[in-house]
Amino acid sequence: MSGAPPDGEFRTEELMADVMSRLIGDARHVAVGAQSPIPAAAALLTRARGGGRAYVSILESRNHDFFTEGGRELFDCAGQGRIDVFFLSGGQIDGEANINLVSIGDYRTPKVRFPGSFGSGYLYFVVPRVILFRLEHSRRTLVQKVDFISAPGTSPADVYRPGGPVALVTPLCVFAFDREKKRFQLESVHPGHSIEDVIANTGFDFDRPPQVARTAPPSPETLRLLRQVVAPELVDTYPQFARSVFGIESRAARDSLSPLGRGMG
Amino acid sequence: MPIIAGSLEEALAPIADGSMLLIPRGNAGVAMAATRALVRRGAKRLHLVAVPTSGLQADLLIGAGCVESIEAAGVSLGEFGSAPRFLAAVRAATIVVKDSTCPALHAALQASEKGVPFIPLRGLLGSDLVKHRPDWRVIDNPFANHDPIVLLPAIKPDVALFHAPMADADGNVWIGTTRELMTMAHAARATVVTVEALYEKNLLEDPALAAGTLPGLYVERVAVVARGAWPLALPGRYERDDAHLAEYARLAASADGFASYLDRYVHERRAA
Repeated sequence: MSGAPPDGEFRTEELMADVMSRLIGDARHVAVGAQSPIPAAAALLTRARGGGRAYVSILESRNHDFFTEGGRELFDCAGQGRIDVFFLSGGQIDGEANINLVSIGDYRTPKVRFPGSFGSGYLYFVVPRVILFRLEHSRRTLVQKVDFISAPGTSPADVYRPGGPVALVTPLCVFAFDREKKRFQLESVHPGHSIEDVIANTGFDFDRPPQVARTAPPSPETLRLLRQVVAPELVDTYPQFARSVFGIESRAARDSLSPLGRGMG
Repeated sequence: MPIIAGSLEEALAPIADGSMLLIPRGNAGVAMAATRALVRRGAKRLHLVAVPTSGLQADLLIGAGCVESIEAAGVSLGEFGSAPRFLAAVRAATIVVKDSTCPALHAALQASEKGVPFIPLRGLLGSDLVKHRPDWRVIDNPFANHDPIVLLPAIKPDVALFHAPMADADGNVWIGTTRELMTMAHAARATVVTVEALYEKNLLEDPALAAGTLPGLYVERVAVVARGAWPLALPGRYERDDAHLAEYARLAASADGFASYLDRYVHERRAA
């Protein structure tokens, strides 16, 4: 299944990008880490809406990486407070916003091994607004307690921590995070889903107000920006995502029959 | 003086079995032709240190039995999924993983390039990464009160290995803005570089090129290997071969498939 949906409809990925873009709000510098196509779309959408005012750094991107000091510059920037918003996910995320990018089960003999913590063990502490996201909203991903803390959701008062989580966005809903209470609160439920769906599929306890809002669907103008401005900018970094969500082919895919493709060194 | 090696095999001689080998992230100039040559040579007991992550290169070396340990902030094939041979080796406990976080790897190499024994880094406190890294320490900031901070020991690799667009006859290597390669070379005892081509003049004579040039002082050996990063990208020169990476991900999902990948693309030389 691939390609853009018919007129007036939208994909969950588009809704999530729109939600994250609103959470980004006003920012001078938004950075996006590895394997984060929806946050990349959200950051580029924010820039498109703001007439190009926000700096957007997308790791692994050729077109959206303005750093000239190599791979460490993003982290040095963050350490100085020069990155306002970042995005993190996890194999597991728990009710205190701890994230696990390492393993399930015993660390030395894991049942499941994930790729690793990437920059989370640092960026979660120093970037003021970290937006969490998870594409699988289930009891195995959103858990009471993570098996391994790649980065903790909150820290004791003596730990230097200007940053941390503000929200968690999933295909079902948006949770806001309260750093004082160390708990998520259900903020809004996406169209087509119910509070009961959220409760049934969430492994951690969370707060909810008496009336929970419905997430606003992306406007026609937002969908136009996503499909016509953002999508072509994503192709080089996220070819499979651009193809499956927006129906756009990457140059590399078109060239896959080149004779060098069979070569070796 | 750096040696412009006559063959890839000669260039790779400084990478002895048991070496600590420093390798760059997927789009920073990965010496993939050299990596296949290491597999053909039957390199053993390598201690890989990824700057700060690795994908195909680490997975290939791990699958081929060349690796004893890996220190990295992440090992994955990115959009092509998890790194299957890495995962299999973790499950079989045939490699030691030293989990890190990206800025810790960058910072520990900067300590090494400065010749200091350790470097402090913010963050990390309360992460289980610290629990599983007995080589890391938490101290109280001596310049403040009640301010715990993590100290990382300098990483001192034996060899840094990467692929770059060009080098000159004096072994100066042009790396452009991919400046972690500079830090890698400064931190490692020896640096081995494969390049697309030799530059006919001296790279340090042109100020515009000199700003992005690693001086030959740090470089042990250079070999010319056209498309030496394939199937990964060399930024500014060629794209990643997505079809090949998809094929790798499919084959490497099983031990048998991985063996057939090695037969097809690593062990047996055949015409394009």
